[in-house]
Amino acid sequence: MKNSNFKAWLFLLPAIAFLGVFMLYPLIDVLIYSFEEGYNSASQSYWGIGFYNYSYVLRDPYFIQALKNTIILVIITVPLSTGLALLISLGLNSIKALKNLFQTVYFLPYVTNTIAVGLVFMILFKKTAYTDGMINLLINWFGGQSVDFIEGPYWAKMMVMCIYTIWIVMPFKVLILTGSLASVNKNYYNAAKIDGTSKFRTFTRITVPMISPMLFYLIITGFIGAFKAYSDEVALFGTNLNAAGMNTIVGYIYDMLYGNSGGYPSYAAAAALILFIIVLTITSINLAISKKNIHY
Amino acid sequence: MAVFPAAASVHPPRFLMNIVLKDLTKIFPKSSRNKSPVTAVDNFNIEIPDGKLVGLLGPSGCGKSTALNLISGLEKPTHGRIFFGGTDVTDLPPERRGVGMVFQNYALYPHLSVLQNILFPMQNLKGKERPSKEEMIARAEEAARLVQISELMDRRPGELSGGQQQRVAIARAIVKKPGVLLLDEPLSNLDARLRLQTREEIRRIQNETKITTVFVTHDQEEAMSISDLIILMESGVLNQVGKPQDVYDYPANMFVSKFLGTPPINIFKGTVKDGTVYIGDVPAAHTDSGFEGEAAVGIRPEGFIPDRNGILSCGLSRVEVMGRDTSIVFTHPQAESGSGRAIVSSESLSEVSGTTVCFSLKSSKIHVFDPVTGVKIETRPG
Repeated sequence: MKNSNFKAWLFLLPAIAFLGVFMLYPLIDVLIYSFEEGYNSASQSYWGIGFYNYSYVLRDPYFIQALKNTIILVIITVPLSTGLALLISLGLNSIKALKNLFQTVYFLPYVTNTIAVGLVFMILFKKTAYTDGMINLLINWFGGQSVDFIEGPYWAKMMVMCIYTIWIVMPFKVLILTGSLASVNKNYYNAAKIDGTSKFRTFTRITVPMISPMLFYLIITGFIGAFKAYSDEVALFGTNLNAAGMNTIVGYIYDMLYGNSGGYPSYAAAAALILFIIVLTITSINLAISKKNIHY
Repeated sequence: MAVFPAAASVHPPRFLMNIVLKDLTKIFPKSSRNKSPVTAVDNFNIEIPDGKLVGLLGPSGCGKSTALNLISGLEKPTHGRIFFGGTDVTDLPPERRGVGMVFQNYALYPHLSVLQNILFPMQNLKGKERPSKEEMIARAEEAARLVQISELMDRRPGELSGGQQQRVAIARAIVKKPGVLLLDEPLSNLDARLRLQTREEIRRIQNETKITTVFVTHDQEEAMSISDLIILMESGVLNQVGKPQDVYDYPANMFVSKFLGTPPINIFKGTVKDGTVYIGDVPAAHTDSGFEGEAAVGIRPEGFIPDRNGILSCGLSRVEVMGRDTSIVFTHPQAESGSGRAIVSSESLSEVSGTTVCFSLKSSKIHVFDPVTGVKIETRPG
């Protein structure tokens, strides 16, 4: 018994060593940093231990702005992208001709470089000396005033950011949902048809429960992904996100470490832990809801 | 528990109905899978009488399930009409035809309890047709009692055995009191013992409800044992319709004779000359059909009687005793696969000794067919 235990640990050793060095140690280190007040990375020294870093971060207007941006982004993009992906997958599943073509088309953004997609959005939204961008052309066409989506009002920038995020995350969701919709046994639908079940009821009472594990997976990963948004914002608004008022929590953490206002690993660590607590809370709530409604 | 008047007895369906298929044909267009169009159901003309249990029998892939789907309305026929109780239902969607259906894998909704599964069809009803909540539950309980699953109402399908799931599926199919009940391979997912038990159960439920029932099976024994009528088809073509024993005793063609019966019929190469059917040089039967030349002579296993003075002399391979059956495995140069099997009474074994065995033949168990077309050649004893 002892011997076999030893062997088991031996087998686990590489994984444990790897995870310990690259996952566990940094996590603990972040936790420690976040409580070290006035930490100086050059001298590796600090004044004392306490909650100052947290109170600083929570009072920092840039952090508040980043938190607000992130939450708006999460609330808008997660339900919208999941819902749209579900609609598109349902559509894809009910057509026969050109199904593969459309599936590929919808999956393209997933394999396209973020910066390339960013460029497309520039063409759509960016105002330059020569053009107001495609969307503004459309707005003008219908008699509206041009809007500066990249450097203009907050709502315009937020809208572009949400559309961009949805655009980026949807392909993966479409792929997953198309697959799980196709894997629902046709006999369930035949049985429903025999019983005269309306399309809507078939969808809500059969389709959604059948694919609920996948939907749930997408919602959870969607939440986590959206809370960790950063690179997409850089692609759209450049590296100085604070100036654009479009920073996110991860962006704030990055700035605190390396940005122009950087060199404060303690603040970054505190912000990271706040983000961690938020994500943990949301995920726990999700899990609690799922216990009742997900049918494995 | 409150007793609702509606639950007091098993109601027969509102309309007993016969099913008439007229020139019914289904052709699947060619697809990536099928290089040419496939005729799954070829020009069916059948009348399935009121309140009967009918077995739609045939080998795998012969189009039985397609035929069932045409009756249910899940598939639209290429041409031909379907009548339920005199009403043309060909263009009606499934839910307007008043059919209940049990699928091969039962298709119970895994996220709903047994009760919710049985309630599901009634909850689809709208307006005046929709029963009150109490009545729905009463009817669900009535259906559950009929299939004897009353104590399982709160379980999920995943927590039930195959046989129990089958019963739930039947309860769900009959809860709306359909005029026609369709079962697609209802027993194929059950183990051997449960299969025997469940087929009796289907017979009982059909007897109690009197719903006109069609069930699809590839197991001839299953069809023979519980059906009032069997419909035998092969690659989309209707071969024979009749009472199980009639079809067994008077097969219309070689396929039917081979498909029905375990152990299967023994086929010998024979010839017809001047009205006498010979196996080798042994006269086995007589015919007035005028047919001459090579023929296939089928003899049922129970058509052989061991007899020292019998006309058909065969090599003796072995004697097998399995439960109540005693069978003699014999060889004969004219037999289709070189050998055959006879089911005999254990007393008659006294007639068997040595390396050869002689049989006298029961003329009613001999069927002669045209070896090319498979069509039956009428024989007479003598």
